[in-house]
Amino acid sequence: MTFPASLAAALALAVGFAVVAVVPAVLGARLEDPAPPGAGRWRRAGMAPWVRVARALGQRRAPTLAADRLLGAAAVVALPVVALLMVALLPLAGFRLADSAVGLVWFNALDVLVWALFWLIGWGPNSVYPLIGGYRFLAQAMSYELPLMFAITTPAVAAHSLRFADIVAAQHGLWFVVWMPVAFVVFCLGVVGFSLLPPLNHPAGVDIAGGVGGELTGLARLSVSAGRYLLLTAGSATAATMFLGGGAGPLLPAAVWLVVKTLAVACALVAVRTVVPTIRADRFVEVGWLVLIPATLLQLLLVSVLVGMGVLP
Amino acid sequence: MVGVAFWVLAAVAVAGGAAVFVVDSMARATYALALSFVAVGIQVILLGLNYVGVIVVLMMVMEMAIMAVYMIMFMGMNPALMPMSMVHSRRWSLATAITVFAVLVVGIVLTPWPTRSGAPGADTTVELGRALMEGKMLVMIGVSAVLLTTMVAGLVIALPRGRYDRLGEDLHRRPPADPQPGGVGR
Repeated sequence: MTFPASLAAALALAVGFAVVAVVPAVLGARLEDPAPPGAGRWRRAGMAPWVRVARALGQRRAPTLAADRLLGAAAVVALPVVALLMVALLPLAGFRLADSAVGLVWFNALDVLVWALFWLIGWGPNSVYPLIGGYRFLAQAMSYELPLMFAITTPAVAAHSLRFADIVAAQHGLWFVVWMPVAFVVFCLGVVGFSLLPPLNHPAGVDIAGGVGGELTGLARLSVSAGRYLLLTAGSATAATMFLGGGAGPLLPAAVWLVVKTLAVACALVAVRTVVPTIRADRFVEVGWLVLIPATLLQLLLVSVLVGMGVLP
Repeated sequence: MVGVAFWVLAAVAVAGGAAVFVVDSMARATYALALSFVAVGIQVILLGLNYVGVIVVLMMVMEMAIMAVYMIMFMGMNPALMPMSMVHSRRWSLATAITVFAVLVVGIVLTPWPTRSGAPGADTTVELGRALMEGKMLVMIGVSAVLLTTMVAGLVIALPRGRYDRLGEDLHRRPPADPQPGGVGR
């Protein structure tokens, strides 16, 4: 592709991706609405993202004293950008922005970047609660990241490749979720973790007044909350690509299938909050290291043995 | 295009490295270093070593995110947003830095670098791995096991509390006495 063409493609991808991300945001707003049934909760939820944008544009900034504005602002701006970069290497139904043999590692590097960003968002305002939120996020990230890394290793072993296109091709006939369910679940948990969604929203918990983003106002607040849903959507699209066969499916075009699968994963992850309460970061640490890491390692071992014996794929 | 990218990234890497000693906050110093490393990682990608480059970015960002926490936790003064100098023994460090830099530059200039013979392979990561590891793979695998054992042993020795503190003299206390209860309920 020529440079203007690829720039236009990138812009189109970003806009389309943002539109898709509105759906889980609406669902999230609906599930957070405390109003009783019959009070127009869906209508209000449908308006919620736009109301938020309008409020962000109209709200007066409330900067804190002696804030580290450089680091804080950089992290706030970078969060949605990281989400957009995450989808840059996904094969989108014949259309591919960029092809790289290291797609999986690229995704991994970006989700590690989120560590730094959330800590910096907490650090920026020079305020106690956001800083506590930042520390909680790092403790939590230490616990979901290693299981997440083993979880993404599993499809790579099965496909003999780190390239997303090869991973999709290797799922021809049998989706990876069927024979690596543990990796899929742990990966989804990691996505919930780096999007700061419940039940892993302790760093942004109500007990510390909104935590990591508690002091944000106006556009900064909008950037972070939009960034969280963009991260969720990027993670869900990656999950659909790695475990649910990507764009594969009957009748409909591949792009539609990918969007459908992405939204199914994203909405399921948003809806987890209705059945699981927020897990405290200090408790989740032990869950991550004592339960999730061994589980993902066993999954990886099983898949490696099956692949080594030539049973699957 | 690649030439421009190289020089811009080189400038960012050097400026980020210098900023570590200029800024007056732990967090800024840490993330200036992270920025410098990210620029170096992208330089490695420009060399055609995509895997190594992305891994450099991944490792360095992770490392710096954790390092910031420890630096802020362990520093003698609370450097939160109080200005704090990032240098000490200024004269000696300057002398050391200038000497090392000069030696390295002289080394770079005087080394008879080989000219390229043949073209790089299709997968430069595999090529690099072979060049570094081939024939030494058994040693590397052995070393990795030894390293891991050392880390675990070091942690065990450093741990202020052992199982007798948690579970009592006869290891029968349930639930264990932990200052911080875990999530699994061991």
